[in-house]
Amino acid sequence: MKQLLILGAGTSGTMMANHLRKALSKKEWNITIVDQEETHYYQPGFLFLPFDIYKTKQVKKKIEKFIPKGVKLLKEKINRIDKDNDLVVLENENILQYDILIIATGTNIAPQEIEGMLGDHWQKSVFDFYTFEGARNLRNKLRTWEGGKLVVHISEMPIKCPVAPLEFAFLADSYFINKGMRDKVDITYVTPMSGAFTKPIATKELGHLLEQKNIKVVPDFNIERVDAENQKIIDYGEEEVAYDLLVTVPTNMGDELIERSGFGDELNFVPTDKTTLQTKVKDNIFAIGDATNIPASKAGSVAHFEAEILTENIQRYIQGKELKKEFDGHANCFIETGHGKALLIDFNYTQEPVKGTFPFPNVGPLSLLKETHMNHMGKLAFRWIYWNMLIKGKHIPFVSATMSTSGKQLETTNNL
Amino acid sequence: MTTTEKTYAGVCVTCNEQGYLTNFEQWNKDVGLAIAKEEQIEMTDKHWEVIQFLQEQHKKQVPLSIRKIGKSGVVSIKEFYQLFPKGPLKISSRISGIPKPVSCI
Repeated sequence: MKQLLILGAGTSGTMMANHLRKALSKKEWNITIVDQEETHYYQPGFLFLPFDIYKTKQVKKKIEKFIPKGVKLLKEKINRIDKDNDLVVLENENILQYDILIIATGTNIAPQEIEGMLGDHWQKSVFDFYTFEGARNLRNKLRTWEGGKLVVHISEMPIKCPVAPLEFAFLADSYFINKGMRDKVDITYVTPMSGAFTKPIATKELGHLLEQKNIKVVPDFNIERVDAENQKIIDYGEEEVAYDLLVTVPTNMGDELIERSGFGDELNFVPTDKTTLQTKVKDNIFAIGDATNIPASKAGSVAHFEAEILTENIQRYIQGKELKKEFDGHANCFIETGHGKALLIDFNYTQEPVKGTFPFPNVGPLSLLKETHMNHMGKLAFRWIYWNMLIKGKHIPFVSATMSTSGKQLETTNNL
Repeated sequence: MTTTEKTYAGVCVTCNEQGYLTNFEQWNKDVGLAIAKEEQIEMTDKHWEVIQFLQEQHKKQVPLSIRKIGKSGVVSIKEFYQLFPKGPLKISSRISGIPKPVSCI
């Protein structure tokens, strides 16, 4: 029997287990998936949790619920990958041999990377919402917060779901209006990028949203440290932004096991071919989702599209065929803008988000790069799709793994 | 996106609406020097070392970040800010003739 080993049972790993158990012969291939966690979180829900839109039980389920029959789940901590000997060493020193390895260990927040971010103030006046605990603690804080300077902040790129902090700022505006206290809250969005929007068409179409919602933007801010005592963040250029409540997206880093294994870039992301998803570490090691260093968004939709292509490439690798250079960086993301509306963006490595309809040309029912109630309904419906289709490896009808240009208004762009 | 033709140091180059070269092949050191002048940066050997690093990373298709510059061994992040004050990555990218770092929207 040959061994296929998947590290990580999050969105990507679970999808691959489901895809590959169907695709590979049970007589020839054992599939094992390793993860230390008990819970599979619906991470897009972490955005809604702080605003009491979702309840905690709506965003978590048991990890084993989504692992198919015929796949062995090991709930163990992983120490390192021994690539030269095709082995994975667990923390309990047990050794797993593999013929093919898939790294799906995702990304974690690393607040320790920013001086002064951790301390007594962490989860009291400085919060993240990229973890279940962070989102829940922030919800409890917001329930009783009396207002002041709310700073929504990105530490450095790349981050998981790059639009989430902007959505947080939009939803905060909506939340405080509904609570009748918007006049008591000053919302500032602080980013290391050149603005809240960086692509030309999105900037033109959406720039007005920030002004409309009275959200101030501080661009080009590369944080050096948090001065918790004086409640301000300071960047390398000595610029300061004061806060009463700091909601930050800390540095995102790949799992430490990647560093222990002796490969990975300066943020522990795995060097990976952006079209085939084979790693540059060794031919029999593949990577998917947030764990890779490919220049696509770190998002569940990206992982979903990658999974369809990686499943085919693993089969081609087994058959000794050339891998398909098919992944185009396709991402499809809803962006909540508050007040029951949302945007939808659909893009890839070369095509920036544009206006149009999705998934059916001229019909929709969803609208690209435009605020609609239907898009918001789509975002809410996505939770059901995630639990019942996406992580079980079911194809989502009418949405292809590579980006389609039909329905998109491309005449205003030259794909730069 | 609309592009415009601009002349730097006698070389006609294509720029996007934010003033970034759209074709790295059109860049040479004199073009870089002329863009630096527009950005009010007086170029020194250290500046050019940073530019060279950015261009090498661009050729390898490595996305650039402040952290990457800090770990480059060329300059520390503090020095990077001193060389190219206020938004050093976007200013140095423009002088290098490479695209501005962007997010997904």
